[in-house]
Amino acid sequence: MRMTITEKIIAAHSGLKEVHPGQFVYADVDICLGNDITAPIAIEEFEKTGIKKVFDPEKIVLVPDHFTPNKDIKSAQQSKSLRTFSEKHHLRHYFEIGRMGIEHALLPEKGIVAPGDLVIGADSHTCTYGALGAFSTGVGSTDLAACFAAGKVWLKVPESIRFIFHGKVKNWTSGKDLILYTIGKIGVDGALYKAMEFSGSAISDLPMDDRFAMCNMAIEAGAKSGIISPDKNTEDYIKGRVTKKCVMYQSDPGCNYTKTYEFNAGEISPQIALPSLPENTKPVEEVSGIKIDQVVIGSCTNGRISDLRIAAKILAGKKAHPSIRLIIIPATQEIYKQALQEGLIEIFIDAEAVVSTPTCGPCLGGHMGILAEGERALSTTNRNFVGRMGHPKSEIYLCSPAVAAASAITGKITPPDEVVKS
Amino acid sequence: MKGKCWKFGNNINTDEIIPARYLNTTDVRELAAHCMEDADPDFVKKAKPGDAIIAGDNFGCGSSREHAPIAIKAAGISCVIAKSFARIFFRNAINIGLPIFECPEAADQIREGDEIEINLSAGEIVDHTSKKRFKFEPFPQEMQEIIQAGGLMNFVKKKMSA
Ligand code: SF4
Repeated sequence: MRMTITEKIIAAHSGLKEVHPGQFVYADVDICLGNDITAPIAIEEFEKTGIKKVFDPEKIVLVPDHFTPNKDIKSAQQSKSLRTFSEKHHLRHYFEIGRMGIEHALLPEKGIVAPGDLVIGADSHTCTYGALGAFSTGVGSTDLAACFAAGKVWLKVPESIRFIFHGKVKNWTSGKDLILYTIGKIGVDGALYKAMEFSGSAISDLPMDDRFAMCNMAIEAGAKSGIISPDKNTEDYIKGRVTKKCVMYQSDPGCNYTKTYEFNAGEISPQIALPSLPENTKPVEEVSGIKIDQVVIGSCTNGRISDLRIAAKILAGKKAHPSIRLIIIPATQEIYKQALQEGLIEIFIDAEAVVSTPTCGPCLGGHMGILAEGERALSTTNRNFVGRMGHPKSEIYLCSPAVAAASAITGKITPPDEVVKS
Repeated sequence: MKGKCWKFGNNINTDEIIPARYLNTTDVRELAAHCMEDADPDFVKKAKPGDAIIAGDNFGCGSSREHAPIAIKAAGISCVIAKSFARIFFRNAINIGLPIFECPEAADQIREGDEIEINLSAGEIVDHTSKKRFKFEPFPQEMQEIIQAGGLMNFVKKKMSA
């Protein structure tokens, strides 16, 4: 049987020669992940079972990133539960503040996830690692607790949808714009329960950071996972990071897709998702001029080094508009340090931005930039739901780092080429 | 299962079901007190134990937070009927034992305030107000095993000791 990359990875982890969409499997998990919101429930559930030992202390990753450095007593208690559990079970991958980052930027950076892996995480954006050619999907806390115990997860093999991006992307169009465009076309439930497989010449050309941004937002189309076949870019990225053996699976020619979408990447402009769903997308030209109060550049979607480089390129020698609060959050300590060494942080501070230690912070309305009633944010994060960044009557517009930086300068939604001639 | 229905639209997301500002706790009573707050701020005041939530497509989309089905269950809601569910919400509901039913006809035709009853063994939703009956598909065998074990943890424990 000809299989997709997704089916091959699931089959290999279920001890089966082949699997087909709709089939139930109990799959072996290479890495399971929890954070300071979801892991406390998983830990409680695990302890209730009375099981003394976790399945493998090397394969559980805990990252307190959402409300950290802890914003209040309750969130400190939650982080403490991760810390205590990690000590008790001698977990190898517990990341304390000062050594951490936003989970989905951190795991690939540390080489914890490899091509061909099967990964589950009690966080919906676990689908990010598909960019490495891994099958990875978000689950709940009870799934995580069960995996702590048995190292397995129940899965229904998803159908795959193929997205082919032909041609070359335009100047200022990024992976974020390709995925926003895609969600705009198929809707927030357009890939419900399915695997989204991205391919085509524009994807082959796409740098890893942009691939992470694309797979990261597969969940925003309702998908179980996003995936990109590993190639030379992937190999270069994992060199010096991944030490375990990995398998670079590829979809078989003639394998089964329930649907194929073909887009011409050259026709896709930078995109904006209007409130309050990621599917409300428009090319930036059509919505330019909308006044904003706050700009956020960061998150597991767009807090990586190339995102900061683009923002710095646009902000260099300029200042944020007087009415704008500009918040920039490098996604990990390593990215933060790299940005320092490259002089990006200085550019941001000269542009009168707030630069924060790595944290999810405002992305989920946790801390570090909450919106008041009636305020409007333009953000490189991934969700613009009602109340996501603060007051239920505030608004979020989603965009790429380039559009965010350009708009921070003008105080209103602005296409990057109006601010810089590239 | 018998109760009054509260209707919601399409794409009700987990930030509406339980806003992130309340996720610094795992206390189920506190989560229950804010159930559906950003979709309908008065929901908790209006809903009574045993009532049902009726929703459109993609109910529970967004984050993986199990706090969402936990808040609904702890608020005393007996079940959620929707045209479709977001996948992580679906898993979580099965795993923690919150009854959910995918039934587009019922989700369309049941009106706010209707009294409904669910007959599990017959696979049927009965609307006592409109006198309509709706069939729903039973879950696949593998999921039924998890439900019958009383949730995923019990299921895993059983499997591990087997
Ligand atoms: S940055 Fe935002 S989307 Fe990503 S893990 Fe944190 S809260 Fe979730």
